[in-house]
Amino acid sequence: MVEAIQTDALVQPKMARRGLTEAMFAWALIGPAMLFIAVIVAWPLLETIRLSFTNADMGGESWVGLANYEKLMGGPKFYSIIGRTFFWMVLSVSLKLVVGLIGATLLSAAVPGRALFRMMIMPPWVIPIAIGCIGWLWLYNGQFGFLSGMSQRVGILDGPFEFLAYKNSAFYSAIVTDVWVGTPIVSLFFLAAMQGVSRDLYEAAWVDGAGRWYRFRRITIPQIMPVIVSMALLSAIWTFNSFEIIWIFTQGGPRGGTTTMIIDTYKTAIGNFKFGEGAARAVAIVVILGVFSLIYLQVLNRVNKFYGVK
Amino acid sequence: MLMDRYTLLQKIGIYAAIALFMTFILLPFLEMFRTSLSPMGHLFHQPYELWNKEMSFKAYSDMWAKVPLLGRFIWNSIYIATVVTAITMVFVIPAAYAYARLEFPFKALSLGVFLSVNMFTGAVLLIPLYRVMRTMNLLNSYWAMIVPGAAFLIPTGIWLLRGYLEKIPKELEEAAYVDGASRLYTLRRVVLPLAVPGLIVVGVSVYIGAYAQQYLFAITFNQKAELQPLPAGLNQFIGYQTVEWNQMMAAALTGVLPVMLVFLFLQKYLVAGLTAGAVKE
Repeated sequence: MVEAIQTDALVQPKMARRGLTEAMFAWALIGPAMLFIAVIVAWPLLETIRLSFTNADMGGESWVGLANYEKLMGGPKFYSIIGRTFFWMVLSVSLKLVVGLIGATLLSAAVPGRALFRMMIMPPWVIPIAIGCIGWLWLYNGQFGFLSGMSQRVGILDGPFEFLAYKNSAFYSAIVTDVWVGTPIVSLFFLAAMQGVSRDLYEAAWVDGAGRWYRFRRITIPQIMPVIVSMALLSAIWTFNSFEIIWIFTQGGPRGGTTTMIIDTYKTAIGNFKFGEGAARAVAIVVILGVFSLIYLQVLNRVNKFYGVK
Repeated sequence: MLMDRYTLLQKIGIYAAIALFMTFILLPFLEMFRTSLSPMGHLFHQPYELWNKEMSFKAYSDMWAKVPLLGRFIWNSIYIATVVTAITMVFVIPAAYAYARLEFPFKALSLGVFLSVNMFTGAVLLIPLYRVMRTMNLLNSYWAMIVPGAAFLIPTGIWLLRGYLEKIPKELEEAAYVDGASRLYTLRRVVLPLAVPGLIVVGVSVYIGAYAQQYLFAITFNQKAELQPLPAGLNQFIGYQTVEWNQMMAAALTGVLPVMLVFLFLQKYLVAGLTAGAVKE
């Protein structure tokens, strides 16, 4: 304690003298990145908000006040899209977490070959989503695809089944692919967190006669809970914004069965050139994600406190 | 370790479960590869057949004629990803250093602003971005895909590299500083050489991200086929009546080879680096 105070006293004048230049130097280093983000992200965001109060299209724009929002919230369609988006997000994120947890547990088992397996789970994350979608598109093909073809051969299906042609099957097919895309990174983070758990805890429990399942439930899960919760938030944001899979599979169809908020926004703005109405939808996404993230960060703080993480 | 020992039955169970998990992960790749080997006639065979005797790598040579721009697509992907990575790193390195080492007003707030970018995708900002690109005369050029691509990778890059730089002992810099080296000199000559492993991790993950994101901006901001990166270029063909699926798969697999190789060579650093924040020190 005494020592600390003395060092502080010694360093203090020097730091104070440096204070101004340090701040200026720091901002000189951050400035370029900040400016870049300001031009490409922040300004377009503000412009989106402004456009949402106009009827901008290819021709021009004029101020229409809240008309876009009134139109959007007036009909039942928008609410069903919001509902579908949340269903999409909750289902896909839960599956990613469960599958990721199972995967991480398997890959942390002390068996030969696990280094290889750990590497082999990464390809879905490494390759562009739009390329993975080409593979899945072919898997889901009703006439010639693997899933339909094998199901017929095994006798599960009587005839061809076109996975992407029906509302529900297209939705769940897209979910499966989205889980496939998201699982590697979730598994990777869970695995790393599991490896960070102190061996002593397991050994102490083992000596006391605790079985594997008990150790998993009472040591692994609580120890990695902060990582699970923060991965859930990250995945939720990614999944909410997931665009490519649905766009490549169905463009939001059949009959709107896979239209999430992001697809609806893209279709309105870029597909139909209704910039104003599209912007209102984009603002809705930003507001919903913002509120969602704020609530979630509160939860994350609680979880971290509860499990004793700073 | 005795605690980690499994009975034979448990071992079988673990491997069976791993096999199931791997099947889910690798099925699309296996099916893409199988399809790329099969002649079209056999792909349309009813009932469905897994193997046939005429399998060959023919599609891998035919695809260049069927998709004349395939070479361009692959080159465009590599080029865009490389330029995006270079630009991103130029912005990320100084900023990450500032967050790792310096104290300044609005530090936490500005870092929060950077990270909140991750909340948005390009899709939300497309309309004004389209106009920005048009005003700057960048539509239908590589820059239309490079500039927004870099912007969305900078925040994560700063976050990852900051974590790395924080682990480099501060004493070395202080020694250089006491010896009269300027801040910039210290950053270039002392910090950066020590940060090489971290730079590789961040560079590779930015590269993979830059390779992966080449769809949305490409289909929205670029109409020129010869500038299209692979994901956008190949997906144009899906809409056609007669998709040559075997060549399509051959092209897709060939096209992801560059990024897969980068991953394979550097995966050891990458996996450890990406997850560094998840592990308690």
